[in-house]
Amino acid sequence: MAQATSRSDVPVVIDEEKCIDGCTLCVDMCPLDSLAINPDSGKAYMHVDECWYCGPCAARCPVDAVTVNIPYLLR
Amino acid sequence: MQIPEVTDRRHIECDVLVVGGGTAGTMAALTAARNGASVLIMEKAHVRHSGALAMGMDGVNNAVVPGKATPEDYVADITVANDGIVNQRTIYQTATRGFEMVQRLESYGVKFEKDEHDEYAVRKVHRSGSYVLPMPEGKEVKKVLYRELRSRNVRSNVTMTNRLMPVRVLTVDGRAVGAVGFDTRTGEFVTVSAGAVILAAGAAGRLGLPASGYLYGTYENPTNAGDGYAMAYHAGAELSGIECFQINPLIKDYNGPACAYVANPFGGYQVNGEGNRFVDCDYWSGQMMAEVKRELESSRGPIYLKLSHLPDATISEIEGILHTTERPTRGTFHEGRGTNYRDRDIEMHISEIGLCSGHSASGVWVDEHARTTVPGLYAAGDMALVPHNYMIGAFVYGDIAGEDAAIFARSASRPGLPEDQIEAAHELIYRPASNPDGPPQPQVEYKLRRFVNDYLQPPKTERYLSLGIEAFERMRIDIAQMGARTPHELMRCAEVSFIRDCAEMAARSSLERTESRWGLYHARNDIPQQDDASWFCHLNLSKDAATGGMKFERRPVAPYIVPVPGFVRPDGVPDELAPQGVELAEAWR
Ligand SMILES: Cc1cc2nc3c(=O)[nH]c(=O)nc-3n(C[C@H](O)[C@H](O)[C@H](O)COP(=O)(O)OP(=O)(O)OC[C@H]3O[C@@H](n4cnc5c(N)ncnc54)[C@H](O)[C@@H]3O)c2cc1C
Ligand code: SF4
Ligand code: SF4
Repeated sequence: MAQATSRSDVPVVIDEEKCIDGCTLCVDMCPLDSLAINPDSGKAYMHVDECWYCGPCAARCPVDAVTVNIPYLLR
Repeated sequence: MQIPEVTDRRHIECDVLVVGGGTAGTMAALTAARNGASVLIMEKAHVRHSGALAMGMDGVNNAVVPGKATPEDYVADITVANDGIVNQRTIYQTATRGFEMVQRLESYGVKFEKDEHDEYAVRKVHRSGSYVLPMPEGKEVKKVLYRELRSRNVRSNVTMTNRLMPVRVLTVDGRAVGAVGFDTRTGEFVTVSAGAVILAAGAAGRLGLPASGYLYGTYENPTNAGDGYAMAYHAGAELSGIECFQINPLIKDYNGPACAYVANPFGGYQVNGEGNRFVDCDYWSGQMMAEVKRELESSRGPIYLKLSHLPDATISEIEGILHTTERPTRGTFHEGRGTNYRDRDIEMHISEIGLCSGHSASGVWVDEHARTTVPGLYAAGDMALVPHNYMIGAFVYGDIAGEDAAIFARSASRPGLPEDQIEAAHELIYRPASNPDGPPQPQVEYKLRRFVNDYLQPPKTERYLSLGIEAFERMRIDIAQMGARTPHELMRCAEVSFIRDCAEMAARSSLERTESRWGLYHARNDIPQQDDASWFCHLNLSKDAATGGMKFERRPVAPYIVPVPGFVRPDGVPDELAPQGVELAEAWR
């Protein structure tokens, strides 16, 4: 069945320049499991728009690559 | 994704299974291990940063510190805040064991605020006693617990798993014997055989839809979707006070605590649009929430947390707490809106509805040993009915459950697991994967939770509640058609079924209690009076084994063990003042 894909502004942004290959800390810590490693780039990214804007991802990142923005609907 | 066969599963054995590695769950595991049990924690997130304490906590809301308050004051305060419908024995445990817990946490490395005489700097927020104890380094709480769980003498007894999510408790002859779930990343099917099961899965926090419309913009950590409530219900346990909703006064849109408990001692307070105080006590109760709602809907609305009158240094100090620990993105939110506490007060609103005994009084029925009505099944923390139990109560009841469960498990037989229940759980977990093009979880969940808002948000009426029940019955069909493509989506789909169960429980309980009580929490517009003659009692619900539907039972309020000055019990049952059968904790002997 054909399905529409819709874009969503996701709150958590990862600075790919800074993100370290092989690290998965933010992905491991997110309570909602909303982050993943992009298999193409090896960098973390937000794979679903599910976020409590709580902050463990940013707090645990060793290189400050994670920015937690407030989800668009609340901003 | 590939759906595993029912027989294609990982099997784990343990003495004590702890569902949820949050506040209560980590403490339960530590104590059960200390009592010699082999413990398995099943956590759907990651124990280090899961649950309400994901980023720590600003303070203890309810510690009874010797010399600062008495257990009797605390029990009386909480009794009054709940219109007298409490089992005081359960509250008494939190009152008498909370201080020992503060000291235990201190020994693990948690810091609590002390004054210049090295005494605990408790603050007064409740109506009469002082129980609020700030934690200057509150962000360390979960780290400290996590470290303790991995320390050398605990590690050998405790297996911590992350991303493992049970969906049902397994029972044999009415006793809890394990659980069944799956790995939310790999999709692996998992069964657990245990001597005892402790449910510590938090509040039903994803029930109402936040006004923002964002599914995860809830007051509670959205991982806590009511999993524990649904699991206890399907295991045959009684739940109680489900009609006594949780509704909190929060920062509008941000939906986090405002937070008067933090700001109060510094001189901050809530005001209406005219700049006047409208509540005499900022302690969260149904009564206060009724006043908040009235104010919001009057020409005096909206309401604000007022800080702008405070000196700059004080505001900086408040920001230092509010913007760093519990919800560290609060500063980001205000920045985005251009709100600076110095020149603008903070607009507040009321939250969506939820079920929670940490803040309100809706949960799984437990006694003072954290036992549910199902042998071998324990409940602790926000999902267990010990009113207004907050963080210290979650720790205390985790501790109590851990000890009792370890002892119970020693002599518990280990029957084979019930294959029919395992098959039913397999169906619950994997069915959406067999229909990947079915409606996706975000749409189904949005629709379900909008109905929750439409029909359950107080004030309630019989007609709206009945329409709610119809809607929730209809949603069974939507849920049966929901589609998922990944194990992650399967997790969200299972959660939608828990939310539906909780919505139905909330609607039916609210319909059953034909009176108004607890301020806004159970305000019935069609029956505005409190009816003490018929309803000074607990309302317990459970699954009717014969019909599969919900059945209700009224439980009398147990005799008080602590006198409540100025409160006359409408049923005239005399107090049993000596706290018989309730063990006094060390500090109070
Ligand atoms: C924003 C906020 C601020 C608060 N502020 C204060 C305060 O200042 N002072 C205070 O005393 N109290 C405060 N509280 C209340 C207090 O934090 C809670 O009462 C307490 O932490 C509840 O503990 P718990 O163990 O029941 O739940 P949690 O600590 O939330 O733990 C529940 C755990 O269960 C897991 N889980 C859920 N479902 C499943 C499943 N199906 N399978 C596996 N795991 C599952 C979750 O991931 C989580 O780890 C606050 C609560 C919130 C939400
Ligand atoms: S803010 Fe919280 S929920 Fe959002 S991605 Fe980071 S850890 Fe996950
Ligand atoms: S924690 Fe930081 S470095 Fe590690 S994967 Fe995430 S963004 Fe990259």
